[in-house]
Amino acid sequence: MQWEVVIGLEIHAQLATKSKIFSAASTAYGAAPNSQACAVDLGLPGVLPVFNKEALRMAVKFGLANGCDITRRSVFARKNYFYPDLPKGYQISQMDHPIVAKGELEIELEDGSTKIIGITRAHLEEDAGKSLHEDFHGMTGIDLNRAGTPLLEIVSEPDMRSAKEAVAYMKKIHSLVQYLEICDGNMQEGSFRCDANVSIRPKGQQEYGTRAELKNINSFRFVERAINVEVERQIDVLEGGAKVVQETRLYDADKNETRSMRSKEEAFDYRYFPDPDLLPVEIDDAYIEAIRATLPELPDAKKMRFIDEYNLKAEDANTLTSDRGLADFFEAVVKTGGDTKLSANWVISELLGALNKGSMGLAESPVTAEMLGDMIKRIKDNTISGKIAKQVFAAMWEDEGDADAIIEAKGLKQVTDSGAIEKIVDEVLANNPAQVEQYRGGNEKILGFFVGQVMKASQGKANPGQVNQLLSAKLKD
Amino acid sequence: MSIERSDVEKIAHLARLELAEADMPGYVHNLSSIFDLVAQMDHVDTDNVEPMAHPMAMTQRLREDIVTETNQREHFQQIAAQTENGLYLVPKVIE
Repeated sequence: MQWEVVIGLEIHAQLATKSKIFSAASTAYGAAPNSQACAVDLGLPGVLPVFNKEALRMAVKFGLANGCDITRRSVFARKNYFYPDLPKGYQISQMDHPIVAKGELEIELEDGSTKIIGITRAHLEEDAGKSLHEDFHGMTGIDLNRAGTPLLEIVSEPDMRSAKEAVAYMKKIHSLVQYLEICDGNMQEGSFRCDANVSIRPKGQQEYGTRAELKNINSFRFVERAINVEVERQIDVLEGGAKVVQETRLYDADKNETRSMRSKEEAFDYRYFPDPDLLPVEIDDAYIEAIRATLPELPDAKKMRFIDEYNLKAEDANTLTSDRGLADFFEAVVKTGGDTKLSANWVISELLGALNKGSMGLAESPVTAEMLGDMIKRIKDNTISGKIAKQVFAAMWEDEGDADAIIEAKGLKQVTDSGAIEKIVDEVLANNPAQVEQYRGGNEKILGFFVGQVMKASQGKANPGQVNQLLSAKLKD
Repeated sequence: MSIERSDVEKIAHLARLELAEADMPGYVHNLSSIFDLVAQMDHVDTDNVEPMAHPMAMTQRLREDIVTETNQREHFQQIAAQTENGLYLVPKVIE
């Protein structure tokens, strides 16, 4: 049987506010346990939630960036359930009137083709605390610092048909929320995580199969693996004549399997109702237009501009615009260095390579855009060759100064004095009479050998163009 | 519309309420009466009425995004049954 995979994602993006969604406690990551959990976050009697202006602005900004309908009058609802990391006994969320309604997003797949994925809605809600299950002599430790951190839950339509499409969608949203500066996108710290609804159906069938919800996946790699392993499980279940049960499953990355999270047959009944502590949130067109005016250039538009303005390959433009910081860095390099192609190559291969190697973020790069731009200027004006530039880059990376200082200190200046180069060329030809014979006998490929010898003798400093010219001329004599 | 004993038991369980056996008939009867009243209201024509999310005809006031809460952990944890290393301790929630 041919099966078709159907995937919808629920992405939780922590909004980058300073204070919580309904309280004035800090949202900073990494504080001592419960030092940022105030009376509202603890759900103590008599407290009243007050909605954070910034959380609203950020949610609307996200909606506008995706052409979503913005709800003029949205309502907070209580989602009722008992779990110790949510002391009130309910989570404040949105049900019938989410702040962001229908929209869509275009994703690009590995083969360059594109696909539209529907966004069902995006609603505001509060995050829960954290449960720590180890080392408390049989008890569970609760840290409520995260309780009340604003979340935007972005719900997609079940439009994805493979794990790869799901990853492409998740990456696109991840890049977008960072462009919009509404979420730091830090997946290790849990600022951006995802649940995947996965089902399969016989190819050609209209109705959806029964789905399983895979919880809390916090890396792109795991999303792909979790979905694929869940699809295989469902195929086995169905082909074995059994039925898929609608349930929540947890992906175990170590074992690369999904397993049921709740063994008991307890249907979830959240009993949503409008939260009486919070009034409806009303916004008008002027408010929405003011936010629209603050939208930055978005990844797709930036990519098109990079292709047009800088004459970049689509693939390079994709890489450079995947992250707003990287795109800005590249543009700053171009501004200083002048050469778009060289700038793109240096940022993509050398800079990103060095960052990856050191597991560093762009912000930690010891080489600034200006430093890289200045170095590229020296390649352009023939002060150094591309090869020598790698040495200069490595030295800049080790904090040995800017390009000019390093070129000076290490004596890396390219030799363009044709007299000096000619001298080396003559020596090389004199020392290799056999090869000279071969060349003159018709083996022109051997030119590379001479170029290599001359470069070696000059410690890489001879201008390769001039070396080539001189060699060709002299060998023809 | 009336509700059954099993409905009351389910709602009580979801709300983590323990009901005395002797009180059960009373809950079933009283809650059913409330549902009957709701059923009666269902007959009113509300086609042109916007659903109400809150009894007050007001909209939500917004708060500036400023941190004003200080760390009062020691104070709050005085009423906790058990704490350790700044964490609240609760009976184990997963196996």
